[in-house]
Formats: sequence, C-alpha cells, structure tokens
Amino acid sequence: MSGEPILSVEQLTMRFGGIVAVQELSFAAERKKITALIGPNGAGKTTVFNCITGFYKPSGGAIRLTHDDGRQIALERLNDFRIAKQAKVARTFQNIRLFPGMTALENLMVAQHNALMLASGFTFLGLIGVPTYRDAEKRAIALATDWLKRINLLDRADDAAGNLAYGDQRRLEIARAMCTEPALLCLDEPAAGLNARESAALSELLLSIRNELGTSILLIEHDMSVVMEISDHIVVMDHGVKIAQGTPREVRDDPKVIAAYLGTDEDEAVAVMESGS
Amino acid sequence: MTATPHKTSNASRTAGIPFLLKTAFINAAIALVLFSLMVGIRTEAGSDGQLTYWTRFGDLAALVGAVFGGSIVIELLRQWIGPTGAEKLVPPAVQSGISFIGRYLAPALLIFTLLVPVIFYNQRYILDLAILVLTYVMLGWGLNVVVGLAGLLDLGYVAFYAVGAYSYGLLATSFGWSFWVCLPLAGILAAFWGVLLGFPVLRLRGDYLAIVTLAFGEIIRLVIINWQELTGGPNGVSGIPRPSFFGIPLDNSDDGLAAKLGIEYSPTHRIVFLFYLILALALLTNWVTIRLRRLPIGRAWEALREDEVACRALGINTTTTKLTAFATGAMFGGFAGAFFATRQGFISPESFTFQESALVLAIVVLGGMGSQLGVALAALTMIGGFELFRSLENYRMLVFGMAMVLIMIWRPRGIIGHRAPTVYLTKAQAISSDLVKEGHG
Repeated sequence: MSGEPILSVEQLTMRFGGIVAVQELSFAAERKKITALIGPNGAGKTTVFNCITGFYKPSGGAIRLTHDDGRQIALERLNDFRIAKQAKVARTFQNIRLFPGMTALENLMVAQHNALMLASGFTFLGLIGVPTYRDAEKRAIALATDWLKRINLLDRADDAAGNLAYGDQRRLEIARAMCTEPALLCLDEPAAGLNARESAALSELLLSIRNELGTSILLIEHDMSVVMEISDHIVVMDHGVKIAQGTPREVRDDPKVIAAYLGTDEDEAVAVMESGS
Repeated sequence: MTATPHKTSNASRTAGIPFLLKTAFINAAIALVLFSLMVGIRTEAGSDGQLTYWTRFGDLAALVGAVFGGSIVIELLRQWIGPTGAEKLVPPAVQSGISFIGRYLAPALLIFTLLVPVIFYNQRYILDLAILVLTYVMLGWGLNVVVGLAGLLDLGYVAFYAVGAYSYGLLATSFGWSFWVCLPLAGILAAFWGVLLGFPVLRLRGDYLAIVTLAFGEIIRLVIINWQELTGGPNGVSGIPRPSFFGIPLDNSDDGLAAKLGIEYSPTHRIVFLFYLILALALLTNWVTIRLRRLPIGRAWEALREDEVACRALGINTTTTKLTAFATGAMFGGFAGAFFATRQGFISPESFTFQESALVLAIVVLGGMGSQLGVALAALTMIGGFELFRSLENYRMLVFGMAMVLIMIWRPRGIIGHRAPTVYLTKAQAISSDLVKEGHG
C-alpha cells in the first residue's frame, strides 16, 4: 500500500490561444476517497478533467497517478486511450456518451475490450474458438451481469442503451466505466438532469463503489446535495484557479466560495452570510 | 383500447388529403417549370441554319399530369406502407408471417443457392449470372465490415478488388503459381494496401474520408494503367490460368478431372466448379464476419461507429481498430479479386472503375448497413434485377432508378435496417435502426 494520494495535480496550466482556462492548479485526490471538483460554470472544471483523462494535452504542469502498488504514471505524457488502458483512469461524460445502438450488456462488454482482446489472442485464437477465450467471455458476461444488478438494470440487459430512461443511462455509463476496472473513476456531472430520487440512488451507488470496491472517485458536480453528502474532500475552482479546498463543511462556510457562486465580491458575500445567519 | 389506434390512423389519413393535394400541386408546379423548356418547346436548326422552334404543349400537359398523379400515388403508398404508419396498419397476421419468413429466409436461400447448379445445369446464362451475383455478395460482405460495422465510408473499395485480381494475375502468369497459393497472397497483399490506405485517413471523418478513399481507388487504377512494364497498362493481363480442382485441371485433356472420373467432358464442369468456389469464398467471408462481430474486435468496430470518443475513454485503441477494419474488408476484396481474375482469364483496368465501388457501396447501403442477409438480398436485387430488366432495353435504367427510389422511401435504412445484438442474457432483441448510428466516417 502506498500512502501517496492516488492523483496529484501540480501547477496544471491549460491555455487555448490567449485564453487561460486553468492556471497553475494544484490539488490531490486521496486514495479510496471521493474528491469533488466544484465551481461556477466556466470555472475550468471540465478542462481539468479533459487534461487528466488525456483528451487535452496540458500546456504546463504535472499530473501524477500513483497505483496501489506504488507504481507512478505521469498522465500528462500519456495520450488518449492509453490513460484508460495503462493508467486505469475511467471517465464518464457530461452529455452521456453510451453506444445507443448497442444493448446495455454490449456496452459493458465493450468496456472490457482490452482484457477480452488479450484473452482472444488478438482475435486469432478467438476466431477458432479456443476454450480459454470462451471462459474469459463468460467471466466478462458475469462481471457485466454483476454491474447490471448493482445499477438495477438486470431486466433491461438486452435492451438498446438508447432506449433506456435518462437516469438509467447515467447509471449505465458509470457501470461501463467501472467495467474497465479502473483505479480512479472520473465522473463529469453524474447527477445532471436527475430528479431527487435518482440523485439519492446515485449517491448510494457512488458510496458503494468507494466502500465496497475501494475505487477512488473524482467528480465534477453542480448538485450540492450530492456533493455535500458523499464527498470526502472538495476542491473549489473559479476562473481557472483554485479558490478553496477542504471538507464539505469547511467549503460550505468559506466566504470566497459563496462569493464565487453568488457572483459578488467577498465582502458582500460575508454581509449576505451574516444577515442570513 | 384496440379501436383507438385505428381511429387515430384514419384521422391522420383524412387530414392528409389536403396535404396530399398540396404536395402533388407543388411537385406538378416544379415539373411544369422544368419541363416547359425541356419538353414544351422544341428548338432545332432549320434548313438555312436559322433557329426554328415549335411547341409541344400536349406532351408537357401529359408529363405534368403524370407527376401530379404519381406524387399522389407515392404519398399514398408512403402513408400506407411507410415507416410512419407501418406498426399500426400492417395486420398482426401479416407481421408474424413476415417474421416467419425472416427467420427461415437465410437457410432457405442458402439451400437454394447450393442447388442452383443442379437446377440450372443446362442454362449457362443463369449459372454465369449466379456467379456474378455471388461475387458481388462477397464484395458486399467484405465492404460491410468497413462501412456497416466500423462506420467508415469507403468509396474506393474497388482498389482492393483490383489489387487482388492483379496479384493473382501477375503471380500466376509470371511465376506459374497455382490459384490456391495465390489466393491467400492476394488477400494478404490487399490487406496490406488496406492498412496503407488506413494510415493517412485515420484522422479524417465523413466527407473527407470518402473523398480520400475515392482518390485512392482512382490512384490504384491509374497506376495500373501507367505502369506498363508490370501490369501491361490498358492492354491488361491475359492468359491467366483457370483454376484447377486442387491440382487437377478442369479441361478436356487426358489428366483432366473428367477423364480421371471417367465421365464425359463438358465445359459446364468448370462453371459449376467456379460457382461452388465463389460460394465457398462468400460463405467464408460471411462466417468470419459473423464470428468477428461476436469477438471483442467486432464489438469495438461497432462501438467505434456508435461513438469514437467513448471508445477512447474506455481504453480502446481506435487507430488499430480502424486499421483492422480496413485490412479485413480489403482482404475479402482481394480474395474476390483473385477469383475474378481466374474466372475471366483476362483483367484490365477497365474492370476496376469507380462505378464498381459505387455499385458495391450501393449494395451495402441498400441491404442495410451491418446486416449480412440484407447485403445478400441487395446484391441479388441489384445485379439480378439489372439483368431481369434487360428486356426493357432503354427503360432499364429508368425502372431500376425508380425501384431504388421506392426502396429508399419505404426502407430508408436498407432492406434489413435493424441490428441484431452480439451477446444477450435472456433474449436477443432486434435493435431498431433509429438508435443505431451510421458512423461519421
């Protein structure tokens, strides 16, 4: 076991032309904890996510992932699919990106592509139907079935993902990311568009992922009820820089955070808080 | 409860009459504008070179009337049989009948195909046509991997067909290698060219991909025309050896197959052999494709067609996934090309024009992208139907074009538009074509 945080972001900077989307951001995500990245719209949260998951190449800074066995990987040097394949970082998207024309089960099978590819001897052994591949496929189906049970979609396993209800699609996308057996799960606004009941179910699911499987989670979220309920640690961003961090309680009472969310300056926010309390 | 859908459908149909007339009027008006100059007024150079013209308003009126009536008929057909009302208006008995036919169509077709040389043994024309249809079935199935499964629009598929044909033609005429040695080589060479094409187009999508593949098809053809020393240029390669029955020639000689079996020689033997050869190659293509779909690589192809970004987020190497799709499709094209060369005995660049690429792509799109049975049916309709209309002479293209338009109105996603899942827990349900993506290239 390594005592290091699973993810440490140091001096991360991302520029698009003249616009600085993220400026010298440093934070860490603890192992087997849920870390939330919050901030008003346009704060640069999704940009940070895209840097971590390899969709953008950062203009500067370091992103270090430390596995349970102490192996360290510099994420800013890996590109696109290798982050998911080698560094074991899985992600979901703000606007759900399932494979709509494939069934829920197939979606979870695609997620296990790399393991199955190896088992099928890069297709050649699978083509002639060797028993080891068949066993691997059975195990993959078992894992997928297990996840369908966890997200309460077992009876919809053979339905097209595009036919599922919105909330179900959100949960399926999380299950799909988990089927890659990640070390770090990155969720981009998992509660967006969910009603109160669905949000509660989502919180439960995320807590069970942390508690039962010990997967570290990094999430961006606007739904404060979800964030405050499940996060162990919160990082607040505004205009590309970190303005606060700490436990949910600390962040909730931080005048800088309230100012950022209300769009006022700090003194006014303090005044608002004092008048309210 | 049961009456409600009927009522609504009736209502929508009666409400449709003004709409029907409106569309028909608009179409007739467009026809009037178009045909008034094209048909209504006829100009010609007179005897002294001056311009003479006369009017043909009768013909014009007939044409506009035909367009008016035709658009009413098409609109009615669309409302009755089309995708909008199909669920409600087709009675359940017919629906179950269609699904019954659907279930047994593929095996029935296969058995019939196996028996074609027996049934039509004395009809050389039908056997030749059947071989041609099967060649296009195979090409369609090969291209289906690239276009239907991986969603990469390839307009230059004929290039791999040409590579396969020339590989066999040149290897056989220069080194005297047998068909069975050259067949895998032709496939490998075509796959190699598939990968070569794949590399530059990896970053391209949609229209751009289509244009580059189109250019690639033309480049291969132009190289074949201009590289005279190797390919013989426009004169082609002739004297390509006919296939042997695993070493035993199918000819009139003393060590021919007929003599060895002690039966009377007939040229039909070779045709029948070619028929079963292309059938075997096509079925191999089909078998491999069906198996690949159920393997991780096939699922990755389909996932790539659905959403490339999500694939990358799941750790799928999109580069190799695309390249394997190109290579697999190209390999089958190469096999078909080698078969084409041995059947014809002569190949020239004329056989590998863009027209062929377009035809094969039309077969895949018409059949329903990704559907094996659909592609086979489409090849049968396109190639067989084209021959069927031969007696119509000048009107052949007209009838053919109309048939295509009608199919595209009724079944915009191809003859078989739905997608069958590759794995299931309890029951395999067909996935509606509305959900399945076509790919962005």
